[in-house]
Amino acid sequence: MLLHAKSTRLTVWGFLAVALLLLVGAPLLVTFMAAFAGSWNGVLPSNPTLGHLGGALAADNLSALIVSLQTALFASLLAVFLGTWAALCAASAPASSTVSKVSDAVFHLPAAVPSVVVGLGLLTAFSKPPLLLNGTVSIVILAQTLLVLAFSYSTVSAAARGADPLIPLAAASLGASRLRVLLTIRLPLLLPAIVAATGLALALCMGELGATVMVYPASWRTLPVTIFTLTDRGALFDASANTLVLIAVTVAVLAVIAKVKGRTTLR
Amino acid sequence: MLSTKKKPRRTHAAPLRPTQGSGVVPDHPPNAVELRNVSVTYGTTTALAGLDLVVACGETVALLGPSGSGKSTALKAIAGFEQPSGGRILLDGEDVTGTSPAQRGIGVVVQSYALFPHMRIDANVAYGLKARKLPKAQIAARVKLMLEMVGMEDHAHKLPRQLSGGQQQRVAIARALAIKPRVLLLDEPLSALDASLRAEMLIELQALRVELPEIAMVYVTHDQSEALTLADRIAVMRNARLEEIGTAAQLYDRPASAFTAKFLGGASLLPAVSTTVVSGAGTLASVMVGAHRMRAVAPFALFPGDRAKVAVRPHAWQVLPGSPEISASTVNSLPGRVESVQWRGAGHRLQVDLIGIAERVTVDVPALSPVPTPGDLVVLSADPAHVVLVPAGDTP
Repeated sequence: MLLHAKSTRLTVWGFLAVALLLLVGAPLLVTFMAAFAGSWNGVLPSNPTLGHLGGALAADNLSALIVSLQTALFASLLAVFLGTWAALCAASAPASSTVSKVSDAVFHLPAAVPSVVVGLGLLTAFSKPPLLLNGTVSIVILAQTLLVLAFSYSTVSAAARGADPLIPLAAASLGASRLRVLLTIRLPLLLPAIVAATGLALALCMGELGATVMVYPASWRTLPVTIFTLTDRGALFDASANTLVLIAVTVAVLAVIAKVKGRTTLR
Repeated sequence: MLSTKKKPRRTHAAPLRPTQGSGVVPDHPPNAVELRNVSVTYGTTTALAGLDLVVACGETVALLGPSGSGKSTALKAIAGFEQPSGGRILLDGEDVTGTSPAQRGIGVVVQSYALFPHMRIDANVAYGLKARKLPKAQIAARVKLMLEMVGMEDHAHKLPRQLSGGQQQRVAIARALAIKPRVLLLDEPLSALDASLRAEMLIELQALRVELPEIAMVYVTHDQSEALTLADRIAVMRNARLEEIGTAAQLYDRPASAFTAKFLGGASLLPAVSTTVVSGAGTLASVMVGAHRMRAVAPFALFPGDRAKVAVRPHAWQVLPGSPEISASTVNSLPGRVESVQWRGAGHRLQVDLIGIAERVTVDVPALSPVPTPGDLVVLSADPAHVVLVPAGDTP
C-alpha cells in the first residue's frame, strides 16, 4: 500500500483491528464467557462454573470428540491420498491439456456445491442396495472426504505443477524405475504440500456440519452435530463449552501438523 | 576443480551392463549415438524434423543453434525424455527407440542442474548407483572418487541449495558420470553461470574431456565459443533442422550456408553476382558486389551471372582511411561510412554502412590500431583467402 503518512497507516490498521475484533474476537469472547457462565441475565455472565466444561469432557460428550477426531483423520487421509494421486496424474499432463482441465473441474466441483447438497446427494445415492451406506459410519467419512478433496487436490497440484520437471527425468536417466522415482523423488518433494493439505483437511473436517448432519447415524455423532443439537435445544452454555473443546482440539491438531511441516520443509 | 593431474581412467566408458554379446569384439566399434531421420512433434508444431546424426565413441559433438532450433529437443530424444514421432535412435548400435530413460544408461547434465534438493550431495551422486543396487561399500567408494574428480569432496554432506551455481553443476556432472555412462549429454550446462565462472568451467570441461577419452559427448549450446572450445564436430541447427555439420575449422573457414557463416563467427553477408566460371573446390572466383569487384574463395561451382553471397568475418576486414573517390576497380575494397564504434576491451567493433550498397557490415579493429570515429569515411579491404562465397538461397 502506498500510505506513507504515519497517521494514515494507523487509521487503516485501526479499522482493520476493529473489523477483526467484531467479526472474530466478539463471537469467540462471548463463547468463551458463556462456556463458564452459570447464568447470563445482565450485560456480563454471572455465577461462573466449570460444570459445562466438565459435562463437555464427560464420557458421553467425550465420545463425540473421539468420533470427530476419527472421522476427520480418516476423511483427511483419504482425501489427501486421492488428491495427491490426481495431482500427480494432472501434473504429468501439460497445464493447458484437456486432461488437466477436466481433472481441475472435477476435483473443484465439490467445493462449489453447498455441503448440504453433497449430503443430500450421498443420502439419495447410497440409500438402496447394492450400495447401501445410509446409516453407516462410512457415509459420514465419505461426505467429509468429498468436501475436502478439492482443497487437498489444489494444494498438492499447485506444488506439483511448480516443480522442476527435469528433476524426476534426471532421476530416471540415472536408472531409477518409475516407482523408485515416485517414492524417492516426486513424493518427498511434494511432502510439504501434502502435510499442508492434511492440516487444512483436518481443520475443515473437524468443523464440518452441513453434510454430516444430513447423513450421520445415531451411533456416530460428531462434535459439531452435538453442538448443533445442544444449541437447537437451547442449552447455549453447554454448546459453548463443547465449542471450546472443539477449538482447543483443532488448534492442538494443527499445531502438531505445523510442527511436522516445519520438519519436512527444513530438509 | 576438475583435476587435470589424474591419469585417464579406462574404466569410465565401460558400461556397467555390457550391451555387446560377451566376448564378441566387433571390427568397428559401433557408433555411440546414431539418430536416423528422427522427428519430434508437439501437436501441430515440429520441434525436430528428420535429424540424422552420428556420434562416434569418444567424440564430442556440439549442437549449436539459436533458441527454438531443435537442439534441446534432439538431446531430449537421445536421453529418452521425449519420444520421437518418427525415426530410430541407436546407442552402441542397439535400437533404443521407445525405451525409457532408465534403460538407456546415459548421463544427462542440464542447465538448471536438476539436483535432488532434499538429498545431500553424496546422496545425489549415489542415486544412480543405489538404483542399480550396487553393494554399499562400492557405492561409497565410487561417490568419493566422483566427488574428488570434480573437487567437491569437502561438500559431501551439504544440501544442493547451500552450494553456488558452479558447484551445483560440478555435482550434477559427478552424479551423471557416477553410473559410468557410455554417453554424456550436456544441455546448456554453463548458461546459468555468470561470465567469469563460465570461462572457468569451460576450462574444467576441457580437462574433463581429456580425462574421459572413451565417453561420447553431445553438448547443446547457443554459445559458439563453447562449441569451438569443446567440440570435435559442430552440428549447426536451425528451424528444427540440421543446417550443417562438420569440424569447427570446416564450418568456420568454409561455411556451406549463409546461416552458418552468420551464426558461427558473425560474418557479414553481401549479395554478389559471379563474373567468371569456377569449378568450386576452393578456387578463387571473381564476383561483383554492387559496382565493386571482389575475389573470394568459391567452395562450389559458379557460372557468370550466378548469384551468391560474400561472407566476411569481422576480423578479416582491414580499415584504411577513406576518400570518396575510390576507384571501383580496386579489388576487395569497399568504401563506407562508420556508423558506430563500440569499445570491447580487446579491440573496437565498428558498424560500417557501405557506400553504393545498402548493406551494413561489422568490422573488428584490433587493439593498438587507429580507430575511426562515427561519421568517418573509410575503405574496407579483405584478403581474398578470408572471403568466402556461400549460396544465396536462404537469407538468415
